[in-house]
Amino acid sequence: MRDVAVIGVGCTEFGEHWGISFRDLFVKAGALALEDAGVTGEKIDALYVGNMSAGRFVEQEHIGALIADYAGLATNNTPSTRVEAACASGGLAFRQAVTSVASGMEDIVVAAGVEKMTDVGTGASVDMLASAADREWEGFAGATFPGLYAMIANDYMHRYPLTREQLAQVAVKNHENGAKNPIAQFRNRITVETVLNSSLVADPLRLFDCSPITDGAAAVVVVPLERAREFTDSPVRVLASAQASDTISLHDRRDISTLDATVAAGKRAFAQAGLTHKDIDMVEVHDCFTIAEICAIEDLGFCKKGEAGRLTADGATALGGEIPVNTSGGLKACGHPVGATGIKQIYEIVSQLRGEAAGRQVDAEIGMAHNVGGTGATVVVHILGA
Amino acid sequence: MSVSRFWRKIPQRYNLVGTKCTTCGRHFFPPRSLCPDCRRSGNIVDHQFTGEGSIVTYTVIRSASDQFEHTTPYALAVVELDEGPRLTTQVACPIEDIAIGMRVKSVFRRIAADGESGTIHYGTKFVPVE
Ligand SMILES: [Zn+2]
Repeated sequence: MRDVAVIGVGCTEFGEHWGISFRDLFVKAGALALEDAGVTGEKIDALYVGNMSAGRFVEQEHIGALIADYAGLATNNTPSTRVEAACASGGLAFRQAVTSVASGMEDIVVAAGVEKMTDVGTGASVDMLASAADREWEGFAGATFPGLYAMIANDYMHRYPLTREQLAQVAVKNHENGAKNPIAQFRNRITVETVLNSSLVADPLRLFDCSPITDGAAAVVVVPLERAREFTDSPVRVLASAQASDTISLHDRRDISTLDATVAAGKRAFAQAGLTHKDIDMVEVHDCFTIAEICAIEDLGFCKKGEAGRLTADGATALGGEIPVNTSGGLKACGHPVGATGIKQIYEIVSQLRGEAAGRQVDAEIGMAHNVGGTGATVVVHILGA
Repeated sequence: MSVSRFWRKIPQRYNLVGTKCTTCGRHFFPPRSLCPDCRRSGNIVDHQFTGEGSIVTYTVIRSASDQFEHTTPYALAVVELDEGPRLTTQVACPIEDIAIGMRVKSVFRRIAADGESGTIHYGTKFVPVE
């Protein structure tokens, strides 16, 4: 196995891009990543594209080929593969690219993620996102995606000391970080009252506990570490790439408020890198809902079960805290174009490790990314080091 | 949901028929055709559940997909059947009454409608045990 490094990253602004098509979102992110890497298109050996549901959001399948074509790589016949694992599609596309380079099969590989979600109405997008869970036995009963996470929240709050205010602090902190991120969908600061006064979506979760519907794309370029200096003076090493599965349905989990796939992927990643949670300087976690960030911090091992609410309220997860969580603003404030989110996490960590995060810069040499599909049926964890 | 896709699961949805592994004795609802514990050495047979259980966790859905929007707000729960397995279900009760640990039993109810003139889907819901 070869060591792998990231040599370039690119990301579109996240938001409602009424004027930009699915394919042009990707082209924009891809061009930014190649420019950053100093690589020209004909040098690329392969593309891996994370995308959850273009078939339903924009009625387009065969995304790999479409992307290769509009990126100008069809004339080179560059192989291009779509990767799907619901909201973990991006993280998994990155893992496919890393695996390919590590194995020696391919040298210069682009991992990307793209989602265009705002071309359909809210009811339709609620239904599409529910397909990340079990359509037959959760969706059919009337479960929505926020509803499933709300059931995690109620189970959690029944068993552990988490207050409604502490849960709101997760969103407040992520908006604070988003306000300092030029690509974030929401750059406004909010208060605990903003969250508590927003409308109920699925008790106890309110609108400001939920990540938004977003358009966006992100791309990164990976190469063997031994070749990284041909392209850049500041390569970022991939120290670990781990993945884990769990039951598709929330009701079949061993424990409703513990994502066992997060625990497993986290442990595998730490073992691969030969590191512990104390070595991690910053982490991008999958905060599709505020409760998801609470569970992620604990399930990755940054604190014991039941402590993440207090940790958040004490500022330990804020910029400059003991362990900054979601410096990008997370899914909540930066936005959540589902297939692109996992790649945006890598983009954020690379920006931080290279010291290019400007107003939200933290002191970091090692960062972790945690990307979740569904309610925890797929989890992908990466550790990167400067 | 397509008509054939719905009808395929009629016995399970209408009557709470799941499966059981005779090798290890574990019950499954929703039904499984492979026991995750015994895998190929398992032996799966149909099993009629009694329909009684308790609420493990719940929520009240205020914003739903188009198919369910006309029924909001509604209570949704993970119910643990007395035989062991858990399932996701609506609970037909005043939304302020629902609570963790509440005893419930299954009933046959209308679940959803596919649009104004579309198919009406029936299936199992749960109600509080008096
Ligand atoms: Zn068995």
